[in-house]
Amino acid sequence: MYPFTYSRATDVADAVRDKAGHGASAYLGGGTNLIDLMKYNVEQPAHLVNVAKLPLSKIEDLPDGGLRLGATATNADTAWNEQVKQRYPMLNQAILAGASPQLRNAATNGGNLMQRTRCYYFYDIETPCNKREPGSGCSAIGGYNRIHAILGASEACIATHPSDMCVALAALAPTVRVSGPNGERSIAFEDFHRLPGELPQYDNTLTEGELVLSLDLPEKGFAKNFTYLKLRDRHSYAFALVSVAVGLELDGDTITDARLALGGVAHKPWRDKSAEEMLKGQPATAETFGRVAAHVVANAVGQGSNDFKIELARRAIVRALQQATEGKQQASDAFLNSNP
Amino acid sequence: MTQTNHIGKGANRVDGPLKVSGTAHYAGEFNVPNLAYGYVVNSPIAKGKVTRVHAEEVLGLPGVLAVYSHENVPHLAWFDRSYKDLLAPGGSPFRPLHTPDITFNQQPVALVVAETFELARYAAALLRVDYEQEPHETNLGTKRTEGYLPGGGKLGYAPPPPPRGNPEKAWKNATHSIEAEYAHGAQHHNPMELFAATVEWLADDKITVYDKTQGVFNVQRYLTGVFGLSKDNCRVVNQFMGGGFGSGLRPQYSVFMATLAALELKRSVRVTLTRQQMFSIGHRPNTLQLLKLGTNPDGSLAALQHHALHETSLFEDYTENVVNWSGMQYKCDNVKLGYQLAQLDVYSPQDMRAPGAATGNVGIEVAMDEMAYAAGLDPLEFRLRNYAERDQNVDKPFSSKKLRECYHEGAAKFGWDKRPLEPRSMRNGHLLTGWGMAGGVWDAMQMPSRASARLTADGRLLVLSGAGENGAGTYTIMTQIAAETLGLPLEAVTFELGDTDQPQAPLQGGSWTAASVGTAVKNACDALGQKLLKLAQKQKDSPLQGADYDEVEFVNGQLRLRRDPDQAVVLRDVLQASGETEVEADSTALPNMLKQNGYSLHSHNAVFAEVQVDEDLGTVRVTRVVNAVAAGRILNRKTARSQVLGGVVWGLGMALMEETIMDHKFGRYVNHNYAEYHIPVNADMPDIDVLFIHEEDDIVNPLGVKGIGEVGMLGVTAAIANAVFHATGKRVRDLPIMLDKLL
Ligand SMILES: Cc1cc2nc3c(=O)[nH]c(=O)nc-3n(C[C@H](O)[C@H](O)[C@H](O)COP(=O)(O)OP(=O)(O)OC[C@H]3O[C@@H](n4cnc5c(N)ncnc54)[C@H](O)[C@@H]3O)c2cc1C
Ligand code: SF4
Repeated sequence: MYPFTYSRATDVADAVRDKAGHGASAYLGGGTNLIDLMKYNVEQPAHLVNVAKLPLSKIEDLPDGGLRLGATATNADTAWNEQVKQRYPMLNQAILAGASPQLRNAATNGGNLMQRTRCYYFYDIETPCNKREPGSGCSAIGGYNRIHAILGASEACIATHPSDMCVALAALAPTVRVSGPNGERSIAFEDFHRLPGELPQYDNTLTEGELVLSLDLPEKGFAKNFTYLKLRDRHSYAFALVSVAVGLELDGDTITDARLALGGVAHKPWRDKSAEEMLKGQPATAETFGRVAAHVVANAVGQGSNDFKIELARRAIVRALQQATEGKQQASDAFLNSNP
Repeated sequence: MTQTNHIGKGANRVDGPLKVSGTAHYAGEFNVPNLAYGYVVNSPIAKGKVTRVHAEEVLGLPGVLAVYSHENVPHLAWFDRSYKDLLAPGGSPFRPLHTPDITFNQQPVALVVAETFELARYAAALLRVDYEQEPHETNLGTKRTEGYLPGGGKLGYAPPPPPRGNPEKAWKNATHSIEAEYAHGAQHHNPMELFAATVEWLADDKITVYDKTQGVFNVQRYLTGVFGLSKDNCRVVNQFMGGGFGSGLRPQYSVFMATLAALELKRSVRVTLTRQQMFSIGHRPNTLQLLKLGTNPDGSLAALQHHALHETSLFEDYTENVVNWSGMQYKCDNVKLGYQLAQLDVYSPQDMRAPGAATGNVGIEVAMDEMAYAAGLDPLEFRLRNYAERDQNVDKPFSSKKLRECYHEGAAKFGWDKRPLEPRSMRNGHLLTGWGMAGGVWDAMQMPSRASARLTADGRLLVLSGAGENGAGTYTIMTQIAAETLGLPLEAVTFELGDTDQPQAPLQGGSWTAASVGTAVKNACDALGQKLLKLAQKQKDSPLQGADYDEVEFVNGQLRLRRDPDQAVVLRDVLQASGETEVEADSTALPNMLKQNGYSLHSHNAVFAEVQVDEDLGTVRVTRVVNAVAAGRILNRKTARSQVLGGVVWGLGMALMEETIMDHKFGRYVNHNYAEYHIPVNADMPDIDVLFIHEEDDIVNPLGVKGIGEVGMLGVTAAIANAVFHATGKRVRDLPIMLDKLL
């Protein structure tokens, strides 16, 4: 770990100014990801601006019927918020499927969006990695890539975004409010994270110095027919191999609206709008689900140790759609619902 | 029963309050004055040479005290034997910072010492080391034909017995036969506590070493050998350990480094490893096993062949007993057991909970399941038909063997009789349920050990033995043994361990601590008891006049005649009347070879497991485990049960998730952290029933204990793997059984 200076911001303007005033600097949320990366020498900020105590921790109603999730609200407070539980239970489930209670108590919403990939090689500075050191090569390609992407990867990087919360967010489609040296702006959630392309060092579309202020959820929460299905290598405290967030609106047996997003499969939470379109107007049957699932993974590419994820994703999508249709939160077998 | 009958009861851990209140000190927590901190730099390549260590670039940082590497390491012992610890296998032990040669990835190449830990860590990050890389080989699969039988093994290693009968012909002629290969990758011990050593510098060539170790005498032997210190000037202490599982049996490079720096700088130094570095200190080896079994028409075993090949380093022949168990577990007259090593560019493997047995057990117990199916028999019935009444490896009877009772009582508790034989026959929606079972066997060993006991005028008993305690409950059971022997309440007894100033005890491993140290404690207390009897008899009008030691008993703080308990004296009064302030005795306990020689000494268990498998998604959940254990006398129901619970956690981890993944391109482990090396968490654990089968055995040792730490893990992995087959009809032969293998 490299030495760094540290300050605690009092308001948003102060935070943005403080960070801009220092060269290699970073915002610090709960620190559950950034501090690890600093210990591994993966990130070496010379200055930290602690934003965890900024007045951005509220969860409040928006005039348009939506809900604002403050960037510094913890993952735990967000998941257990009454409004979230009742109106966006899919988000509640996704957050609780992630990490551990201790981590969720510390982790912030802003930090969760910004957390970096868990690619083994990204974490190990002794191995080449384009994301950590652009141009050095990608060790995961041809290496061990069990947790890597099957969709939207590039020849430069096949990493995945590890968040559970963000998969539900991708399905719920909030806007991300940010503030930076050039003022405030809003970014549609689907435009927030990016695919690696030639520039895997960038996980998202924030520009230098921008601070996440809040996530503004639209009114529609898919509170009746939803699911968050997470498949992993142990029953808690493991990142998703594949996860699926589904929200449906049904009129009898017919699907009138649909949201479908996948985690663990791409450099960003993978919302598939064409699949959502395919679902609309169709009967909620196994046949429909199978067709849509096949469509989602039609262009998936395996890298060796993650080949199984293509079939796993296909089956998980079918299962998730079934569960959402039945109004079950997770698999009927209670064991997949082991969290909290 | 009296108030001072303690053995067998579930006494609470006597060290519990210290641990939960944070007052138990671990190796990396001794805050001696004027402490400097070392941080280790490890090699990023698996093979080659260090060509240059740019120490000068970091020595200029204010507060950096020294950089040690092969370039400047002081003259140390020359001969290999000086580096050989008690558990060193054949070959040449690894000598840290000895040469520029790199023989495994993450090999420590330098130590940076600084005024603070943070500064040492920073300087270590800046330290440039140049390497010349050479091609490496870390893939066991490439060495299938290059295996060799190791020569000199290590403590406890026994080469496989010679073949008996005609195993190949019997296998070919068998009514039913199977042949299968089983594999698992490397696994790391991953105790919660990181390896650390705090070396307190006292004077020139005089140090006290607080080290994370399962054997303070082993570390003392190593340090005195390597650094030329006298034993008197090298005290080694370890009173508490946050888990060892075998990783602390051999001295680790953390203690070498800290001692080196302390002696050079004439200053106290601490070295703590990182979690990543915990993957550079030995592991359960990547192993391939080939099994060939065949049966006769009556379901008896016609042939049993078990061959294992596992990795070792280039410099040591690490050995463990993988296949021998198979030859003693079942009755069979045509047996061939083979064991080979293959050298790879990896660090030497190291004993890890039930070393060898955990591996071989998966091979034989999954193969037995496969064989049962091939012969159309229930797996439990098949085992009963092949029950071994004698250990055919050595052609001796067992001193005691209640495995049949383990099978029966375990099966009854589990409800095994309701099991349909057909796989995939228990279904609930997309969930398939499966039931599997397996058995296990482990050695009942006793090592030479010493202990001392001292009773003071206030009625308190202090018992000492330099044993190790990695959390298993040693403090508690030794307190129970001492208190019961001298008829005292537990509160009146203090047992201390983990210090080379104490009487010598063996390494804490092999499940032999209870038998070895326990017997020494009992003997020391008996020796003290004899002295007390003599003192008592010196008193005028002593009611014990003329009594022999075996005619008296110590009960409730009194010494009394067995045949007439009213004839009693109070222990404290004996001491006071004698005018002594304390009475002390010590004793050595050796295994009674005369008694043991005619027997095979082992503990056994039988495990029954239930799993549910999601047919579509491949996820496995273990929902029930029954573990029936016959391990002689149980000294403490509570700590023994905890040992078995922990064993089930270990077996489940090995079955479903644990594996250190090697990237052969780099010859480097990739998942070297707690987030990606998966051990079971609470959500993975099922209901566990632990049954102890009563077993009396006065041949193993006077206490009749066999040890419980390792046997509790056996059978679990195989029972789960067999249950997965029963659920799904799929036989997964390479562990761990992760969901992709069931899709
Ligand atoms: C062992 C382990 C297991 C885990 N398992 C899971 C899991 O199963 N599922 C899952 O989803 N997650 C998991 N996590 C990840 C966890 O969710 C993230 O670490 C956490 O959400 C990050 O939030 P934080 O506030 O601690 O971020 P920090 O570590 O403080 O910061 C992370 C990044 O975000 C930036 N940042 C923080 N706040 C802001 C802001 N307001 N605006 C702009 N940038 C900001 C920081 O500069 C940094 O780059 C796990 C983590 C660990 C350590
Ligand atoms: S997948 Fe991306 S993060 Fe991982 S090694 Fe390749 S470039 Fe680096």
